[in-house]
Amino acid sequence: MSADVLVSARGLEVHFPIRGQGLRKKGAGVLRAVDGVDLDILRGETLGLVGESGCGKSTLGNALLRLIPSTGGTVDFAGTDITKLSGRGLRELRRRAGMVFQDPFASLDPRRTVAQTVSEPLEVHGLRKGRQARAERVAELLELVGLDPAVAGRYPHEFSGGQRQRVGIARALAGEPDFLVCDEAIASLDVSVQAQVLNLLRRLQRQLGLTLLFISHDLSAVRHISDRIAVMYLGRVVEIGPAEAVGTDPQMPYTQALLSAVPLPHPALERKRKRIVLHGDVPSPSAVPSGCRFRTRCPYVFEPCDDVDPALQSVGAPGQLAACHLHGVVGTPATEPEGVTAKP
Amino acid sequence: MTSQPGPAASGARKSLRPAKPRWRETLGLLARNPTAAISAVLLVGIILVALFDEALAPAGPNDIDVGARLQPPSGEHLFGTDDLGRDIFSRVILGAAVSLRVGLLAVGIALVIGSVIGLLAGYYGRWVDDVLMRFMDMLFAFPAVLLAIAVLAVRGPGSGNTALAIGIVYIPIFARVTRASVLGVREEVYVRASRSVGASDFRILTRHVLPNAAPPIIVQASISLAFAVLAEAALSFLGLGTQPPNPSWGLMLAEGRGYLDLAWWLAFFPGMAIFLTVLCFNLLGDGLRDVLDPKQRTLMGSAGGENP
Repeated sequence: MSADVLVSARGLEVHFPIRGQGLRKKGAGVLRAVDGVDLDILRGETLGLVGESGCGKSTLGNALLRLIPSTGGTVDFAGTDITKLSGRGLRELRRRAGMVFQDPFASLDPRRTVAQTVSEPLEVHGLRKGRQARAERVAELLELVGLDPAVAGRYPHEFSGGQRQRVGIARALAGEPDFLVCDEAIASLDVSVQAQVLNLLRRLQRQLGLTLLFISHDLSAVRHISDRIAVMYLGRVVEIGPAEAVGTDPQMPYTQALLSAVPLPHPALERKRKRIVLHGDVPSPSAVPSGCRFRTRCPYVFEPCDDVDPALQSVGAPGQLAACHLHGVVGTPATEPEGVTAKP
Repeated sequence: MTSQPGPAASGARKSLRPAKPRWRETLGLLARNPTAAISAVLLVGIILVALFDEALAPAGPNDIDVGARLQPPSGEHLFGTDDLGRDIFSRVILGAAVSLRVGLLAVGIALVIGSVIGLLAGYYGRWVDDVLMRFMDMLFAFPAVLLAIAVLAVRGPGSGNTALAIGIVYIPIFARVTRASVLGVREEVYVRASRSVGASDFRILTRHVLPNAAPPIIVQASISLAFAVLAEAALSFLGLGTQPPNPSWGLMLAEGRGYLDLAWWLAFFPGMAIFLTVLCFNLLGDGLRDVLDPKQRTLMGSAGGENP
């Protein structure tokens, strides 16, 4: 693996056991939230992660930071496998990788002042000794995210959504992390505020040399901020590539359908926009189809899709990968139905 | 420039008053709630009376004057005298100390042990929850008075043991209230956020979970104080709590019961003392619950016209 990969997932799985009713508590099946994800995030890049609700985007983001335990595969962070970390190593990971949460009204403790919230990472990791030093650092961080340092003594309920999200970002930055996961960080904000926070994130990413995983279902926002885009469907990354290539020339039918759903600002273009409407619902992540997981809704489905689970292959622009048999049948043949195979 | 409202900046800057210490703000808001404020003042009064009981009582509580027995309330004996001619006013004053001490001690025991158990059970869940809460259920399944009687039977009667007995009886109540509250708080995003920056379980429990789970526990403590005073009265009434001739409200109630149709003041004044104390603790509990909710806090703060 090349040296500039910061985070690297291999065969990452997060399966949740489904609890049965009554006496049959075990063996009621598993929910495959993340099901074999291979993903490299390069140092200093912004990777956009898109997909519809329930496809496992957030679970993947949490698993990459080990906020949700993975059930299989590995996650490498700056050269160490974080799935086996404990104690001091885990604490160091928590400092070096932060998270910005979706709902700024829920992610700040209502009983703690802005200063207390932002300085928590400083206290936990012993980054600044003494009250005075911490207060100075908090003021610095608040200024960095565009807040008046004088608000440090106030409580979250005195702020608007956008201001709260800035506090959340300041907290995530307090430990001077290399890697930031923004989990739907702008989804709960007003549209006008979304742009401000988006630009703030982009500015911080450049200013601090951060590596950003930007999880969102808002394709325009993702295209605005990302260097590369990864598309998820039913627990798997199905297409990944440079933002420009994925955004304008998608190679996987699912991405094509996803993009065709984005309205265009220009009326003439909007009138000409052709929508690819997918039929049916997303299959349940507890009963993943055999072969290609998109085959139940794919307009181009053909023979190998039933049997062969497609692997990511190079198609289109340089660095663009898609998991689709239309570009040649590559992948693992399904020997037995997917629902029955269980890892020992 | 000074009178013109800035279009964008005013939102963030309008109330940059220096932050008051939290407890002072809490007290200030409590003072604006009339029922809670009056209750608090009365309770402070009762506590002061309990502290300076010897100095305040006009007569010794056990000074027997058989010649002046069963006197109705008068200028000489404010609350009258009992069947042995003892001054009831003095006995009610001295009983305050006994009743409050037992109540505070009992709730203190139950609060500390019960909330630690509830905190651990609610936060860690799984087998910790199962083991601790089944144990609490066992304790809870005993009739309260029976359990207290059992404790007193083992340790012997007396006010210290009464406090211990009542405390043990109330442990499961605090454990349950705390656990229920913690179950809600532990799923909050800010708890996950705190974990995401590397905070330890101990830190999360003490800095985030406990403060946010506290309001129902504080209210429960206030209400339990009321019930503990009642329980002390009940146990003394049964002859297991405070031993005669020491005055306690419950004991006086028990002694006065036989004279209800003859001399109502024997039971009436200790009864009123219990009623007033219990009512004040309850009303204060309600007031505290409102004040301790920070969202409520802004509403009340702005309704009071503090912001321009």
